[in-house]
Parts: sequence; structure tokens; C-alpha cells
Amino acid sequence: MIAPKSLFKRDAAINAADVPRRTFVRNALHGYEVKRDLNKAKFQDWQSARETASEIKFEGINHLDKYLAEFAKNAEARGTKVFFASTPTQAREYIINLAREKNVRSIIKSKTMTSEEIHLNDALEKEGFGVVESDLGEFIQQLRNEPPYHFVFPCMHLKRDEISQLFHDKIGSAQTDSPEELTMIARRFLREKYIQADMGISGANFIVAETGMISVTENEGNARLTTSLPKIHVALVGIEKILPKLEDLSLFLPMLGTAGAGQLMTGYNTMFGGPRQPGEIDGPEEFHVVLIDNHRTELLADAEQRDALHCIRCGACLNVCPVFKNIGGHTYGTTYAGPVGSVITPHLRGLQDWKHLSGASSLCGACTEACPVKIDLHHHLLQNRRNAAAEKPVWWEKSLWIGFAILMRQPTLYYWLTKTAPIAQFFHPLVKGSILDPMQAWTRTREFPMSATTTFKDYWKQKKKQGAR
Amino acid sequence: MSSPSTADSRDALFVRIREALANPAISHAHEHPVHPANVTPEATLSQWLPAVGATFEEQLDLLARNSVDLKTEFKVVASAEEAAAHLNTLATENKWTKVATHRGSLNDAVAAQLTTPVYRVDDQFDKVQLETCDAGITECEALVAQTGSVCLTAPSSGGRSLSVLPPHHVVLARRSQLIADLPAAYALLKTKYGAKGYPSFISFTTGPSRTGDIERILVLGAHGPKKLTVLLLP
Ligand code: SF4
Repeated sequence: MIAPKSLFKRDAAINAADVPRRTFVRNALHGYEVKRDLNKAKFQDWQSARETASEIKFEGINHLDKYLAEFAKNAEARGTKVFFASTPTQAREYIINLAREKNVRSIIKSKTMTSEEIHLNDALEKEGFGVVESDLGEFIQQLRNEPPYHFVFPCMHLKRDEISQLFHDKIGSAQTDSPEELTMIARRFLREKYIQADMGISGANFIVAETGMISVTENEGNARLTTSLPKIHVALVGIEKILPKLEDLSLFLPMLGTAGAGQLMTGYNTMFGGPRQPGEIDGPEEFHVVLIDNHRTELLADAEQRDALHCIRCGACLNVCPVFKNIGGHTYGTTYAGPVGSVITPHLRGLQDWKHLSGASSLCGACTEACPVKIDLHHHLLQNRRNAAAEKPVWWEKSLWIGFAILMRQPTLYYWLTKTAPIAQFFHPLVKGSILDPMQAWTRTREFPMSATTTFKDYWKQKKKQGAR
Repeated sequence: MSSPSTADSRDALFVRIREALANPAISHAHEHPVHPANVTPEATLSQWLPAVGATFEEQLDLLARNSVDLKTEFKVVASAEEAAAHLNTLATENKWTKVATHRGSLNDAVAAQLTTPVYRVDDQFDKVQLETCDAGITECEALVAQTGSVCLTAPSSGGRSLSVLPPHHVVLARRSQLIADLPAAYALLKTKYGAKGYPSFISFTTGPSRTGDIERILVLGAHGPKKLTVLLLP
């Protein structure tokens, strides 16, 4: 198996060179930014809203035991079954056993990134259950047998003709170049699946301790159908989705909509507080909430980066990230791409294997500024770099720094080097970009800046002599 | 369903959480350059959210403007007769053959005057039948001016499916149901259900079903209703 880092480097090079695709993604994200700013401006005070949201999440995450217990108690009181899974295996087994026990044949799913995290579809299919993704973007990605490109916009990298071809090949529809017609093809195809399915699996954007509810945000109505028609509803949720109070949603729903997709309010924000209750005419007979840890408690134990668990997965940090825009979502090789993925993946899947993600950043801080819950993303990237180096120093990096330190402590040596640098640069074109070039990683695709011919010290002396200020 | 490991795995997780929280979170004051002084314990969420006027007229106006943006058809009508007349026009224009509705005073007043056959979703229904209906007519809990949302709940809106399965969702609401903002909506829900228990389904529906998954181009009616009509009765 190729190491994640080598894969990352390979794919980054390939995708960064795909200029048409990059332009396409960049344009789509520009459209998002315009709409987001429009809706942000409607808030009376966006910065205070962020601060408040961050404080609410801080309270929830830093008393996670208390609020999760409260959630479980209140949910169970309404007939919801709550299962706490430490590992992906436990979560998968719980769902598979449930499906077996209830003689489930077909399963409809609405978008849940947590299920991508635990590779639920593969596991269910292996057990012989038919699983269909119902979110349009996820449905397309499922047909392509490819993970989502972006955790909010799963197929934003695809053009309509590619989707048309895909539908033609996989479900035998006629070719079309109209996004509307393509959407209707999926609508027709999925309609009967909702009716047939006996289990619906959803995610959740929030879980509310006070009332034992989960809250699901979506635009298409697929999550509503998934949770209305089948006789069993299973929600798969990360433990960090906690909110203490129900009214907290009045802040989080519009912030998630605005930061996530540039909508003041996403199309459907639905709160589920149990299976069908006495007196209600429909809804599932059973409602199960599977809360999953999967190494989140390791991130929780990091007092410095604990706020990364405040994340509401809005995707705003991806949308503004220059790295994401250039290398694309799949290059990361992670369930969660972009800045937040680079911060949390080393905690979830091992620092040494995934530290390169924290290195692949210019630390511009656009992510931190965009984040609606004020997660200190770019500083966390730095902390990951520091922690990785402290845990397992790299010998050549270390010797480079030793050399650099010597150089910086010897003024004469440094002066001599600045004088000879232009000479070396004169001969540089002979090897530039080749494997003999020590700067190859940079110069293969970029120009190296010309070194100055005078040092600042000389320049200053000169100026003083001339009597300038 | 209870496997023997259920309780164990819960306990194990809580132990890990408590251990993880043993160290208090380190906050980086210097890394939070924007710390608005106005976030005080007395501050209310409404203060940060989009502004809504205090009077009924201002709120009605905001709801109407939000509806335009959302592509919701919003109409103020003077009576149940006028509401029914409008629906009968929609029925002709869109060639409705069957509509569905649930028990409710507004619904009953309007449904009695419809020219289209009505499928009742009162105590139970058949989902295949409901799927063939051209419109679902429901009442609601409230209309939220701030966001242009309709607040639906299982008891107020005929359950979960009626408002999402048919391709056209029609909401009938009273003027008294218009509220300012989201915090007011949650306050209303709390007053009404807090003590006796919340419904299993509460939804803020904001515009018709939509998707931008293909090239970020807006398409209405991805899976839920392609059209949303909100009629405000006296
Ligand atoms: S880190 Fe912040 S901006 Fe990024 S997805 Fe999470 S909440 Fe959104």
C-alpha cells in the first residue's frame, strides 16, 4: 500500500495541473461566497453570533458527559433507542443486527458523513442489504463508486455531461444537458425506493440534550422522506454534535445555512424527538440513535485543540481554502477534507501518517475567519506540525535547522553567502527543475525569486552616506 | 433490541470522555482577536440574528419578501372561500386530479369547497395512495417572518409525510400564526409542548424542495415538493 503522504503528493500534483477543473470548482465557490456574504450581511451582528455559537459549543463539549447522559435519558423517555458505539465495528454491527432482526430488505439513506467514516454502505451490501443514497450528490457519487468530493457539495467537481453520461450508463436514462432534467431523473428513480424501503438511515447536524432530539438540515427533502416512510429510522451521529438547549438551534440553524451554502435557512431543518408517538398518524415504529466515538475522545483529550470538536461541518473552511481549491477534495484521502480535515484527521487516524496535511497549508487563516464557531483552525495546523516533530523528529529536518542556526549565528559566513548567492543563481538554470536541483520541489513548476545583489546592511550604509533619512 | 454489550460500551465511552475532560480546555485569547464586548450573559439570540420589524405589517412585508426570494408562492386571502377559489385555479392550471389533506378547522373549511377529489389523511393512510396525490394541504404551527419558514409539527400538519410526499405543498395559516423570528418559534413550541411533551416531528420548511448539486445550479423539486404555496387567512 502506498503511504498516505505519497498518495497525497501524487494526487496533488495531478489535480493542481488540471486547470479547467480547478477553474470550474473555483467559479462554483465564488458563487457561494457572493450568496454567503449577502446573507451574512442580514445578521445584525455576525461576529457576536459567532462568539455566542462558539460559547454554546464550548459549554456542550466541555461537559460532554453530562449532556450526552441528559440526551440519552430524554430520548429514551420518548421511546428512542440510544446506542453508544466506541468503534466503527460496534456501530456497523449494531445496525446490521438490527436490520437482520427486523427482516429489512432495502435501505434508503440520506446524507451522513459519519457513515462514510465507518464505511457503512460496504458493510451493509456485504451482508446482502440493498442500500441507496438519496441525496442527489451522494446518489451520483454512489453510482460513481467514489467518496464525496466535498462534505457539503458531494459532486461539485462534476460537469453536467459527466453526470448525464453516468446516469445513462448506470440507470439507462436518456442523455440531457439540463440540470433540471438530470435532477428529475434521479427524483423518479428514487421515489419508489422510498416507498419500498423498510429502513431509513440518516445523520444529524445537532443533537439536543434538553429534549432528546436530533436535528437534520437538508435542502432536497430526501431526509424527510427517509425519516417518514420506512418503519425503522436509524440516525448515525458523532458524539460532538451536542447542543445543550433546544432554543440554541435558533442561532445554529441560520448560521449553518449561511456559512454552509449561503442560504439564510436551509430548505428543511427537522427535529426528530422519537419514533411515531401516540396520536400521530405516521412516522417510523422504531427510532434508533447510534452515537459514535471513533477516536473523537482522543481529540477531546487534547486540551489545546478540543475546540475542533465544536465543528458543525458547514464546509465554510473548505470553500475559502486556497489549498482545497487547487488540489480538490479527493486528494486529501480523508473523510473530511479541507482545513478542518487537516486538523482532525491526525487525531482520528494517526499523527505520523497524516501530519503532511497540516504541512500542506500556507497558514493564510482564511479558514479561521470563515468558521462560524470560531475554531482556531490555522493555529491547530501549526500545533499538529509541532506535535509531530516533537513526537518523532525527522533527522534531515533537524540537521537542516542545525545548519541554519550555525549560519545565522556567524555574521561573516552569512555575509559571504549573500555575496555568493547571485553567482550560484547564475549557474542555476543548468540544473533548474532537474533531480540535481536541490530546490527541485519548488522550481519544477515555479520560478525561484532572484536574490538581492546588495544586502540590507550595505544598502543602509549607502543611504546614510548620501544623507537620506 | 438489547445486546449484552450495549451497557458496557456506553460505560466505556463515558469513562473515556471523563478522562479526556480532566484537563481544562486551553483558550488562546490572542488567537481570538474578535471578541465582541456585547456578548454578555444578558444578551438574547434575537440581537444577533437578522432584524425583524415589531409591527404586524412589517413582519408580513418581510415574510412576503422572503417568500419571493425562496420561490414560495405567498398570498394573503380574505376568507376560506377565497383560499378555496385560489386552490381551484391552481388545480385547473396544474391539472390536479386528487389532493390530500388532514383534519383541521382551516383545512375543513377550505376542503369543503374544492373541486378536486380529496384524499383524507386523518387517522391512517396508504403511502402509495398519498404518493399519487397532486397536492398536500396542511395547516402549520407558525410562519416565521425572519426566514420565510413554515413551522410544521406532526400534530399541526397531518404528520410527517403529507407535507413532503405530494409534489405541491399548500399551507393554510391564520394571521395570528405569523411570528417574528426563530427564537420566538422555539419559545412558542416550548409554551405549547414543553410540559406535555414535544411531537416526534418538528420542521422548519423554507421554500420548496431544492438542490444545487449539479453545477451549483438551483433546481426546485429535488425529492420533496416542487412548489410551496402559503395562504394567509384572517
Ligand atoms: S471547522 Fe468551522 S468552517 Fe470548517 S466545517 Fe467546521 S464549523 Fe465549518
